[in-house]
Amino acid sequence: MQTPKTIIQKIWEQHVVHQEEGKPDLLYIDLHLVHEVTSPQAFEGLRMNGRKVRRPDLTFATMDHNVPTRQRLTIDDPVSKNQIDTLQKNCQEFGVTLADIHHPDNGIVHVIGPELGLTQPGKTIVCGDSHTSTHGAFGALAFGIGTSEVEHVLATQTLWQAKPKTLNVKVNGKLGTGVTAKDLILAIIGKFGVQFGTGYVIEYTGEAIRSLSMDERMTVCNMSIEAGARAGLITPDETTFEYLRGRRHAPQGEEFEKAVAKWRALATDEGAVYDTVVEIDAAEVEPQVTWGTNPGMCIPVTANVPSPDDSDKPSEKDEISRALEYMGLEAGQPLSSVVIDHVFIGSCTNSRLSDLRKAAEVIRGRKVNPGVKAIVVPGSFSIKLAAEKEGIDQVFIEAGFEWREAGCSMCLAMNDDIVPPGGRCASTSNRNFEGRQGNGARTHLVSPEMAAAAAVAGHFVDVRQFTAQEVI
Amino acid sequence: MEPLRVHQGLVYPINRSNIDTDQIIPKQFLKRIERSGFGQFLFYNWRFDDNGNPRPDFSLNEPKYKGASIIVAGENFGCGSSREHAPWAVQDYGFKVIIAPSYADIFKNNCVKNGILAIVASEAQVQTIIKKAESTQYTLTVDLEEQKVYDNEGFELSFDIAPYPKQMLLNGWDEIGVTLTYEDKIEQYETASR
Repeated sequence: MQTPKTIIQKIWEQHVVHQEEGKPDLLYIDLHLVHEVTSPQAFEGLRMNGRKVRRPDLTFATMDHNVPTRQRLTIDDPVSKNQIDTLQKNCQEFGVTLADIHHPDNGIVHVIGPELGLTQPGKTIVCGDSHTSTHGAFGALAFGIGTSEVEHVLATQTLWQAKPKTLNVKVNGKLGTGVTAKDLILAIIGKFGVQFGTGYVIEYTGEAIRSLSMDERMTVCNMSIEAGARAGLITPDETTFEYLRGRRHAPQGEEFEKAVAKWRALATDEGAVYDTVVEIDAAEVEPQVTWGTNPGMCIPVTANVPSPDDSDKPSEKDEISRALEYMGLEAGQPLSSVVIDHVFIGSCTNSRLSDLRKAAEVIRGRKVNPGVKAIVVPGSFSIKLAAEKEGIDQVFIEAGFEWREAGCSMCLAMNDDIVPPGGRCASTSNRNFEGRQGNGARTHLVSPEMAAAAAVAGHFVDVRQFTAQEVI
Repeated sequence: MEPLRVHQGLVYPINRSNIDTDQIIPKQFLKRIERSGFGQFLFYNWRFDDNGNPRPDFSLNEPKYKGASIIVAGENFGCGSSREHAPWAVQDYGFKVIIAPSYADIFKNNCVKNGILAIVASEAQVQTIIKKAESTQYTLTVDLEEQKVYDNEGFELSFDIAPYPKQMLLNGWDEIGVTLTYEDKIEQYETASR
């Protein structure tokens, strides 16, 4: 009998083009997603060396980071506009399909890949963007790369990659009511730290993972990189297949059934050994809020802000002090006393239709606190349309949210959606680094439901109690 | 890419962990379509105040670190965004070597592609170097061939590096050029998986 293998090993072995002593493996790439920020220098490199895009048919581009969300017709910032124009020119010159800014397929690259059925189990997927790990939700091996690697994939459709170690994150039991996939991944990073996944590919398993929808699985895999892991994936199952059935770029008809049979065989074999296994009990996870300046600095909403005295390591004490100072928080302060002035619902972590539906349910019939500026930025043009068809836009607008066009927006504030210096934002995005949402801005990462509740209350509240209250 | 064999340079210590690429190069500078000129924006929000004036309390602005070419930092250096603008900024500012207890995977890969040597040293070794470099102008010699770092006072450390990135750095290879010599293998793979 063959040695039992993990899904990670199976996908890897299916993609090795060449192996030799003293070198990493040369790995074939099935899908290369491209966006405007990390690609211009790669296309320029091809041009300078007289090289072509080897497989334009396996390459798919969109613009998302610089896209304005108030309206999409004009871009005031000439530097942003130049970057977007450059992608258009490059795609035309090199024959790459582009979901252009005005195209109905446009949206955040990690939202539209799955939506269009480009993302499929068993594929190797790369993009010049660290949140490429999102696509692992489908049982794909998907990871972020730098611009030199973007150029390398454009030219050769391959990458030299050292075999990663495998890490099994096992989530036992069920998540409680009002506790989301976002809370789960934040709690995992909070418990094991921001670099426990470095050098690994994560496979998420366990009862709680199995019962997640595709949107929720994408939220979990998206933030694998915040745990240090370039890729995180989930074995495909009926939930995955049902999501993909009928999607434009997914196999159709009989081909789809054949593909499903192949996809099923990817599952980790009984008895396969991981390099490392960690476990967490889903029932213990509470709604999370980050208090500091990296995603591992998160605590349950019911807890108090930590103190430098909580650690006996000098470097950690320093880190906590610096984070408290940047965030303008006092050690020991209850999180529920932290007053916010901005709410952002969006990003490749939490901007899908089900995220918007859940947030809308929390605010239905309620009003945004007068001290809060709240925006909703759907992940793609098609999500925006679908939400409008359901009337979700009206729920947000009536509550006092701004209903925007699709894009990356305030997750990293490369367009004009910026939190001002000293501003404090409850955000459904993925990074609370210093200055991430604007120079001097303070970011607290939360689930869409927690963000919606905070928008109404004007401070952090436990959404489990909040939704139990009558709307006045 | 310029080959890197032996490098001697002034050490700049930054005693922080989890320095993310948003700090190394903030997003407002990612809109350029060029590959050069990012050094002026390195650690921008730490180096400069809201009016663009240097912050005197940020160590890289101290005259004694002028001309430094070796960064020594805390663990998980370069975490977060995959932006290669981060190593471009590090390199364009004049740094050729980084020494830290650990790095984020993508950042470390990006360094190799740009001829930057990211050395993994123990927490204790890093703290020793940081202490010396904080108190005086401290010069280290890095020998990639021998995989050693040393000063002229008897401090020495050996480091590990995989053969492939070592060869890349020593020779300053154009990786795409190398890979294209494997084109027949790529074609075979494509034919077989059709």
